[in-house]
Amino acid sequence: MIAAPRRRALVLTGAASILLAAMLLGILVGPAGLTPGGVLLDIADRLPFVDVDSGLTTRQQAILWNIRMPRVVLGVLVGAMLAVAGAAYQGVFRNPLADPYLLGVSSGAGLGATLAIVVGGAAGFAGVPPAAFVGGMLAVGATYALGRTVGGVRSEVVIILAGVAVAAFANAIQTFFMQLHDDTLRQVYSWMLGRLATDGWSDVLTVLPYVVVTVAIIALHRRTLDVMSVGDVEAASLGIHPARVRLLLVSVATLGTAAVVSASGLIGFVGIVVPHAVRLLVGPGHRLLLPLSLMVGAAFLVLADVLARSVMAPAELPIGVVTAAVGAPFFLVVLRRSRGVR
Amino acid sequence: MPVNDSRRWLAAGLTVFALLAAGCSSSDDSSPAGETDTAAADVPQAIVSLSPTSTEMLYAIGAGDQVVAVDDRSDYPTDAPVTDLSGYTPNVEAILGYEPDLVVANADTGDLVAGLEQAGVETLILPAAQTLDDTYTQLEQLGAATGHVGEAAELVAQMQADIEEILAGLPERETPLTYYQELDNTFYSVTDDTYIGEIHSMLGLTSIATGSNGYPQLSAEYVLEQNPDVIFLADGQCCGVTPEVVAQRAGWEELTAVREGRVYVLDEDIASRWGPRVVDLMREVAGIVGGIPVTAPTP
Repeated sequence: MIAAPRRRALVLTGAASILLAAMLLGILVGPAGLTPGGVLLDIADRLPFVDVDSGLTTRQQAILWNIRMPRVVLGVLVGAMLAVAGAAYQGVFRNPLADPYLLGVSSGAGLGATLAIVVGGAAGFAGVPPAAFVGGMLAVGATYALGRTVGGVRSEVVIILAGVAVAAFANAIQTFFMQLHDDTLRQVYSWMLGRLATDGWSDVLTVLPYVVVTVAIIALHRRTLDVMSVGDVEAASLGIHPARVRLLLVSVATLGTAAVVSASGLIGFVGIVVPHAVRLLVGPGHRLLLPLSLMVGAAFLVLADVLARSVMAPAELPIGVVTAAVGAPFFLVVLRRSRGVR
Repeated sequence: MPVNDSRRWLAAGLTVFALLAAGCSSSDDSSPAGETDTAAADVPQAIVSLSPTSTEMLYAIGAGDQVVAVDDRSDYPTDAPVTDLSGYTPNVEAILGYEPDLVVANADTGDLVAGLEQAGVETLILPAAQTLDDTYTQLEQLGAATGHVGEAAELVAQMQADIEEILAGLPERETPLTYYQELDNTFYSVTDDTYIGEIHSMLGLTSIATGSNGYPQLSAEYVLEQNPDVIFLADGQCCGVTPEVVAQRAGWEELTAVREGRVYVLDEDIASRWGPRVVDLMREVAGIVGGIPVTAPTP
């Protein structure tokens, strides 16, 4: 299904508008009652050649520029990365339920973060992001190796099952350490449930390069992904090495996911919900699926975060709770549909 | 501090319990404190404490000599017989290995009570106190169960007198000071509606955290907007947070408390174990509050 250029432009513009609207809402809404007019004027004040008095105090400006803005931008990066990675996983595995989390990224990252908090003590907090990153990569590596050793004809199914086994194993070890060190329970859970809170722009700058590189590599393979979604034999007949492409795309998608997860904690279901919703709207062609997933994923997460910080204000709700509450029912719908298709 | 009715009722019930437990022996409450005969046949001689708070309470009421083992988290007083017993995931067999005749725990985790009952061991469950009155009640409860009724009553009276003295020394303020108490570096905090919130309220402080959940996770922007007069850090031990770390957080340098140097580290253990050392905590916080000028600007 190839969209006409005009329709394609229309759909992409629509998605971009939704993302911009979501970001604007994210900047305007928060527990600190900054007036929308003040916020908009303050943003205008930062533009070149514009000098207006927004009426915001320096403290309110700090809230806007050092806390709310980086949080919205981090939401964009995390949402975009999770959605694009999910689309790539589903493409290479031809499995509608595949996403990085199913292959063990989340469990591996959770184990890594737990070990950093438990072993490192007070100093361990700085070590959480890198430890989560390493744990996530190791877990997917293990999944992949296991899947290959036992994999036969249907290796893309076997690898998902291997992911389940690796995840269960990592969860068991994580629970063991949490039981040994019950004083760290709240810290570990707080990270696991996901949180977009950032300390200024540092997290954004750390995550940005990974997201850019990962999205670029996946985008370059959009046509290959189209071919692979038909079948390995068909792809091979067109000169594509399915196993090689799968390894490359799974690696970069996992790298990007592990990077964002290390900053945001485990935010689930974005990688499954968003690409499927987009497919329902515009069909399975990756030329449109990938950019749309990116924008819709980013908008979804920014809006989820708006909910997370408003529902119980001034208290926060973990964002993973919001995405799972929306995502889990959707997951079941996808499951039903996919049974009919296969 | 008025004694409320429910507490009086509870104390009465406990006295009955103590009398029954003592097998209607002639328990003489009028004996002078400190002279309680702990060698009496019906008083527990081998107590296992499975929570740091109850350990502190047992020693404070003079039952320390009867304690044979305390859990791995108990670290005060330092001469308590620390073991690797877990109060969080208690193991009945491991507890029975110390041949206790009384086990004190803060929750009936994993059917602890039923398991110990099978072996004929009494269990006293003292859940985390919700108010200062709960602390007094629990001290009296422990006194009744261990044969130290007089000392427990004396300790409670002493605590009440100390607290009254601390409160009397506080300056008068027209509007209460606001505070943000940080429990960990993801900004979990406390409302007025918690034990620590009650303590702070008595000392003339109001939490910036509100809502039905006593321990909400706040967002950084909310803390900045509320601009608390004082910041208490109860996450120095867990998370390495210090006043310097707080000052370096993006945007936090704009806070009055940071600028005026009113960011204080509280001892996490004392500020989360609602036992006899709560008086120490109140004295410490009162010292901080008393040092803040009454004319402190509260924008």
